[in-house]
Amino acid sequence: MSENKQARTVLREIVDSVYRRAWEAKERGEPVGWSSSKFPAEIAETLGLAVCYPENQAAAIAAKHGGQRMCEYAESMGFSNDICAYARISLAYADGAPCEEKPVPQPDFLLCCNNICNCMTKWYENIARMRGIPLIMVDIPFNNTVDVPDERVAYVRAQFEAAITKLETISGKKWDNKRFDEVCANANRSAAAWLKACAYCAVKPSPLSGFDLFNHMANIVTARCKPETAAAFEQLAAEYEQSVKSGESTWHYDENYRIMFEGIPCWPVLGSLFKPLKDSGANTTAVVYAPAFGFVYNGIDEMARAYCKAPNSVCIEAGVAWREDLCRENGVDGILVHYNRSCKPWSGYMFEMERRWRERLGVPVVGFDGDQADPRNFSEAQYQTRVEGLVELMAAANAANSAQ
Amino acid sequence: MNEITELLSEMSDIAQNPDMRLAACLAEGRKAVGVFPYYVPEEIAYAAGFVPFGIWGMQGSVREAGRYFPAFYCTVARMGLELALSGKIDKLSAVIMPSVCDTLRPFSQNFKSARPDIPMVFLAHPQNRKEDFGIAYTVCEYRRVKAELEGIAGVKITDESLADAICVYNENRAARREFVRLAGLYPSTVSALRRAEVLKSAYFMDKSEHTRLLLRINAALCALPHDPQPGVKVVTSGIIADNANLLDIFDRYGITVAADDVAHESRSFRVDTPIKSGDPLTALARQFSEQSDDPLLYEPDLDRRGRRLVDLVLNCGARGVIFIMMQFCDPEELDYPNIKKTLDRASVPSVMIGYDQQMRDFGQAGTSLEAFSDMLRTRLQ
Repeated sequence: MSENKQARTVLREIVDSVYRRAWEAKERGEPVGWSSSKFPAEIAETLGLAVCYPENQAAAIAAKHGGQRMCEYAESMGFSNDICAYARISLAYADGAPCEEKPVPQPDFLLCCNNICNCMTKWYENIARMRGIPLIMVDIPFNNTVDVPDERVAYVRAQFEAAITKLETISGKKWDNKRFDEVCANANRSAAAWLKACAYCAVKPSPLSGFDLFNHMANIVTARCKPETAAAFEQLAAEYEQSVKSGESTWHYDENYRIMFEGIPCWPVLGSLFKPLKDSGANTTAVVYAPAFGFVYNGIDEMARAYCKAPNSVCIEAGVAWREDLCRENGVDGILVHYNRSCKPWSGYMFEMERRWRERLGVPVVGFDGDQADPRNFSEAQYQTRVEGLVELMAAANAANSAQ
Repeated sequence: MNEITELLSEMSDIAQNPDMRLAACLAEGRKAVGVFPYYVPEEIAYAAGFVPFGIWGMQGSVREAGRYFPAFYCTVARMGLELALSGKIDKLSAVIMPSVCDTLRPFSQNFKSARPDIPMVFLAHPQNRKEDFGIAYTVCEYRRVKAELEGIAGVKITDESLADAICVYNENRAARREFVRLAGLYPSTVSALRRAEVLKSAYFMDKSEHTRLLLRINAALCALPHDPQPGVKVVTSGIIADNANLLDIFDRYGITVAADDVAHESRSFRVDTPIKSGDPLTALARQFSEQSDDPLLYEPDLDRRGRRLVDLVLNCGARGVIFIMMQFCDPEELDYPNIKKTLDRASVPSVMIGYDQQMRDFGQAGTSLEAFSDMLRTRLQ
């Protein structure tokens, strides 16, 4: 790792190396896994298994404008266009759909954790059936309370142990507690550094555009257990610190307004998302999706508890509190909500969240319809109008505040 | 015949008038809890003295619930919330809310936000339900549900009362399974609509009362001679199939439901609770652990559901499968391509009808089902 390289370059190289190692493992005849983004990565890493991440792959394919083609391929297989576009892209790829945007080795085993959604369960069952490969399922039931009950932690931990046993058989490798401790230490270090980097959004003016965090998420998803990721996030945080001192920012426009972007970005249309924001000087200084992947724990029980707290597996009280804290800490003037056609568990209680934010934070909230990977569900005209509306409301609120 | 007609008519009235049933139940001094889909161990509520009322949405239009759910969610949830917001379930002592799918998760949060005055007993089933640790977790969840219901009812649920409730429910499940079998044999007597109503009425009755009526119907059906017009037999599959306009089409084109793989129907009473297990909560957890062949549940045996559906078709003498696909139901939609492929391989014809509870015009469904029944008849000849 060269010290001359910027953190963003180093981070991109690390993600590239994750996939390169997977290809190399495949060539050596070693089993390669596909994993959901919040499956406990510590387990496969401890066993030295190469793993790819279909959600990350689908986002990359979508960002390179292959999403619609892959979705349509899945639809030709009989999958409804109601289904999550990540799932459709992944199912198409597993079926052999041509895809130059982000090729990854086909899987030999699957690691599924439904803490982000239950769609994952049937998505991975389909791939396991199509490819004739084993599926390891870690089930994390939805939490209706802020705290995770002990019996749920025990249930999740028992599943970790079952997963380890199955992976030992698949890999022919033996579990090593010492190695596990090292991996957890790496994951914690990565998470702490990632959260520190994310926290620079709170500085006014912000040394970064929140959309940068979306780009760096690939690392916290695919490589959080690797020491080089921790080092790169520490470098990123140090760069942000330096930018604060020198008055620089990756947001190269006016920062007239600071907004929270709620939800997963519409990867196929990032340019369209960005344009009206930069035109009006609305910097994204809070995103829920990015820090949600940064969690620090001590020991396997705390690890089980941490994996129970994915954005889509917590109750509305916890979900609202996360976002309110983020908005307050990061000085947000307004909130832009993505009603994501691909993500039912996420979008399903957003109307109620909107009401609570308006009441408690006193900031304007505006929603738009979109999709994380299927561009057919996004209307640029609607989005632009909604952003204009949000900006008008923020301007009015700022004017009212100034007048007081 | 008159007895059957009267009984079917009585159950039809119950199925069509849950509001009146609830009022009557409360007038008798009973208390009621609402039960949302899926796999709620109603026996616990029954043992606490409640009459469980099933809430699987309703036919109509989404109005108030649109303030909570965007449009791309299944109507079972949206119309369930509509019921809650329109005052129709105000008299319930509580509701029990499972969270087994991606729509039920936010539904639970929307419900408690929309109706904080109605106690919501939350239930998070495990997907890894068959292993010992899954059963242990289910027992913990059911123990919490039991404690919450005891608090709401102000009674202590004893092991004996729970064991008695399990017997009541096992008897009802057996009676419903037998009714499904007989309804498939006597379509001239039990139309597709009447069949659905008899099954639906169970959601609005004390199960012992439902069993009593059902046993009389079953006995009367058993005494009938062979039905001269058996129709063309099919298996239905989906979340819910209770729409009168849709089922009229079945009757119009002589389509007989010989068996079903419908969540609102047979999926809910396929598995009995093993009463010899000792601790009744463990018995209920074991019952849930035995549930399979359902897209809402993780299925480690990846080919099982398709295989079992083919078996169901062959065992009941059906000629095809009609999928009644609940719009926006991801689990059903994700399972469908493989199930369809499995049926095709076994040379079992199938057709899919899109459905939601706001649908009023079934013209397209009628055309599809007419063509499907013609095709099945042609294959028979």
